[in-house]
Amino acid sequence: MIEFPLLSLLTFLPLIGAFFIITIRGDSESVAQNAKYTALYTSIFVFVLSLYIMLTFNPDNGGFQFKEKVEWLPSLGISYTMGIDGISLFFVMLSTFLTPICILASWDAVKLRVKEYMIAFLVLETLMIGTFCALDLFLFYVFFEAVLIPMFLIIGIWGGPRKIYASYKFFLYTLLGSVLMLLAMLMLYSQTGISDVETLMQNPVAANLQYVLFLAFFASFAVKMPMWPVHTWLPDAHVEAPTAGSVILAGVLLKMGGYGFLRFSLPMFPEASDYFAPMIMTLSVIAIIYTSLVALVQEDMKKLIAYSSVAHMGFVTLGIFSMTTIGIQGGIFQMISHGLISAALFLCVGVVYDRLHTREMSRYGGIVKNMPKYATVFMIFMLGSAGLPGTSGFIGEFLSLLGTYQVNILMSLLAATGMILGAAYMLLLYRRVVFGPAENRDALAMPDLNSREIGILAPLAVMVILIGVYPAPLTSRIEPSVDRLMAIYQTNIGKTLEPKKATLVDAEPLNDSSEPISLTYKEQAHD
Amino acid sequence: MINLPISIDAIIPEITLACGAMFLLIIGALSKRIITNTLSYAAVLLLIFTFFLLVSLNWDTSISMNGFFVMDSFAGLIKSAVLLSMAGVLALSTGYMKREEIVAFEYPILVLLSTLGMMVMVSANDLLSLYIGLELQSLALYVLATIRRNSLRSAEAGIKYFVLGALSSGMILFGSSIIYGFAGTTNFTAIAEAFSANPDMKLGLSMGLVFLLSGLAFKISAAPFHMWTPDVYEGAPTSVTALFAIVPKLAALALMMRIFCEPFMGLQDMWVQILWVLSVASMLVGAFAALTQENIKRLLAYSSIGNVGYALIGIIVGGTGGLGATLYYFLIYMAMTAGTFGIIMSLRREGASLEKIESLEGMSKTHPVQAYVLAILMFSMSGIPPMAGFFGKLFIFESAIAGGYIYLAVLGVVSSVVAAYYYLRIIKVMFFDEQVEELQYETNVPRDAVIIVSILIITGLVLMPEPLLIMTQNATASLF
Repeated sequence: MIEFPLLSLLTFLPLIGAFFIITIRGDSESVAQNAKYTALYTSIFVFVLSLYIMLTFNPDNGGFQFKEKVEWLPSLGISYTMGIDGISLFFVMLSTFLTPICILASWDAVKLRVKEYMIAFLVLETLMIGTFCALDLFLFYVFFEAVLIPMFLIIGIWGGPRKIYASYKFFLYTLLGSVLMLLAMLMLYSQTGISDVETLMQNPVAANLQYVLFLAFFASFAVKMPMWPVHTWLPDAHVEAPTAGSVILAGVLLKMGGYGFLRFSLPMFPEASDYFAPMIMTLSVIAIIYTSLVALVQEDMKKLIAYSSVAHMGFVTLGIFSMTTIGIQGGIFQMISHGLISAALFLCVGVVYDRLHTREMSRYGGIVKNMPKYATVFMIFMLGSAGLPGTSGFIGEFLSLLGTYQVNILMSLLAATGMILGAAYMLLLYRRVVFGPAENRDALAMPDLNSREIGILAPLAVMVILIGVYPAPLTSRIEPSVDRLMAIYQTNIGKTLEPKKATLVDAEPLNDSSEPISLTYKEQAHD
Repeated sequence: MINLPISIDAIIPEITLACGAMFLLIIGALSKRIITNTLSYAAVLLLIFTFFLLVSLNWDTSISMNGFFVMDSFAGLIKSAVLLSMAGVLALSTGYMKREEIVAFEYPILVLLSTLGMMVMVSANDLLSLYIGLELQSLALYVLATIRRNSLRSAEAGIKYFVLGALSSGMILFGSSIIYGFAGTTNFTAIAEAFSANPDMKLGLSMGLVFLLSGLAFKISAAPFHMWTPDVYEGAPTSVTALFAIVPKLAALALMMRIFCEPFMGLQDMWVQILWVLSVASMLVGAFAALTQENIKRLLAYSSIGNVGYALIGIIVGGTGGLGATLYYFLIYMAMTAGTFGIIMSLRREGASLEKIESLEGMSKTHPVQAYVLAILMFSMSGIPPMAGFFGKLFIFESAIAGGYIYLAVLGVVSSVVAAYYYLRIIKVMFFDEQVEELQYETNVPRDAVIIVSILIITGLVLMPEPLLIMTQNATASLF
């Protein structure tokens, strides 16, 4: 029996919605209205479908589920292969969860070319889901790279005053990284003759080749992540993008880098990952401290959050390249948590921006009096971003640091200062915008959240607290896949590391010690 | 069938085309009225008819006309592409020529004659038939470049093209005579045999090959022999520019593939070095020189130089993989260019044809469909998936990596990122800039049909990239 292609349906449903929007005719007012509703209903339907996939997902199976395989380029052995495991499941969920929110967030804010805007978001959703589901090197690349097209248009058409500079910078930075990855994929393919991700994981290439390939993949993922020092496109892109564009950018697109590290770099180039891990951890620590300091002096709210994103992504790379089960889990959790929190923070900025049309912090102040509901939700996200226990941000950062601590105490010590700095700039932001002297009359005249805005922010707030208090539904699904990833990593490094057996034995106790911590942590989570 | 001393089966399409062109010429000359449009449509039909004749032929390798003429599946595929794209170019240009009041009835006939030249080039199995084909197509193209007689720029473009083209033809002739001097024959098969029998002639043959190659590099406008391209593209009427950009380079590339694979296979270590330089120089010139262009035709000229650079990568790699990738790449490039020129020819601003990139400002507001089509074409040109242009680049780089030319691949992708900048610029002008003046889109059924076919190929290829790959690889397999 042929299994129903659920993942393909999920991936291409938004495209069908986009097609319907194209066919809408009539006067511009009704076209805009119909386009909005079509986009909203499509994306909600996709979210419901993804919920069904999550619920039927077998949490005990660390391998790929819902697999599909169709011949695409049979003469080269390249096929259309889709599938998800515990690592990609929640990125898919994040994409489907944030897209309806983005569409709702743009409901009144976008007045120009509404039809095209909605099409762009639906196409973007297809490409995001496709990126996380693709299990063939070249299929992944097609989705991964095609994301640039709608995002370029979203920033360029609906962006702010410096949109052209920002859109170009975003596009060319990412493209340069990606084409190097494409060459590495071709190299990998020409060496092994395989483009199937699952098979490639079992067959690592020779160690000397791994270094080059790892660096080429790194070029792409590090830009996407973004890691210091190739992060400079992010603040520009965030500041100029419309609110929903920033939300998707921070919420999902940045995660493609971390996902790429987990899906490709670690299992396929274990030896090189091991070799370059200290470098990446160093870069991560620099990112955490440096961009946190930069965030402290920002005047523009979006820029501050953008820099904080770079710092938070630093925790992700730190966790992933600690090469410990717990660190990797922390990295994944941090990505999901950051996807929710930073998305929500950009939405919060969008709320006041829609009212006052400025992102300068000094133009606000004391708005807690006239916007108490806003102040409440903003506080939840602010504290989540600062990593307060009880929010999802805490778990991600804590697990990442825990994983790092097992490998390198100094690194985790330095990174932990980033948490303090993170609290500092988030509190500063909150104090200057929400509290502080109430001097600006126009800021004090702003109405509080309307029901649509509550409808957007409430689900995010609930999610941030829910998975902060009870992360087990996530961790239970993530853990088997991470265990499997670690197992593949360990066997592969054994395969390619024959001559250096001694170091492997030295490294072993570290990984063993991570087990009890992981267990106790899980018990706590279930309580 | 009449029994002739030589078999003419393989050249029936060429004979048909030649006779048809003569017939149309007589009709045009005798007609009292100017019937350019009718002749153009007749020419399109003739091209399509010739295409069907060609398809009905046996494509197994056969050499006829005393070793002058070879017919194989490689020639079959290239000739089919030439015929169909020429029909497309004619369909693109009829409306434009009428509007620009270029009423010379010779236009479609010259197009037919250049097509005939290209078909002879592609099937050449002898240095003489190579030269005859090359000159036939070149002479027709020189006249086409100057077809707008009362325009100074068109005349200048034509003269420039003629002088440099004549120089390159001279070089090809000179190279051929050196090769004849050493090998004692002009037949491709015989040259290869002579060389393998007497490897001492390597130096002499490579002397001749260098001249031959320089001449051909002129024809495909590979850097550093590209100087004529931007000026001629800019000066010639846009419909002729479209023709220059789309078809002749395919025939010249095919000719290069054939001479490298047959007579000069033994000199591979020599010509690979030359092509390496040509390829890298073309990619870099195409990427960097286009950055500051204001004229859209000049921009496309540099873009075509860059694209030839990528196409050459496949020839350097060689084998069915490499040559197949080159063909794949170039066929897609032709489809993209046809669509792009179609849109450009349809647009007018203040009653004049479009020349400046800035003139596209705000096109997405007034003509959203056309703007999106052009945007898709530009994304495809810059090699962004899922457009067809990506697959062209993918197979080129795949062959380069498989063949061990990693530096070439790295240079290729880096210059493709630089090139993406100016393709994006067109999108930026259309979508991000505000409109200043009104832009008109002129509907013309044959032209719009070509644009639609082009965009369907560009967006639909992602669903089935396989058949074209098989086709190109099978075609190139007949060269070995």
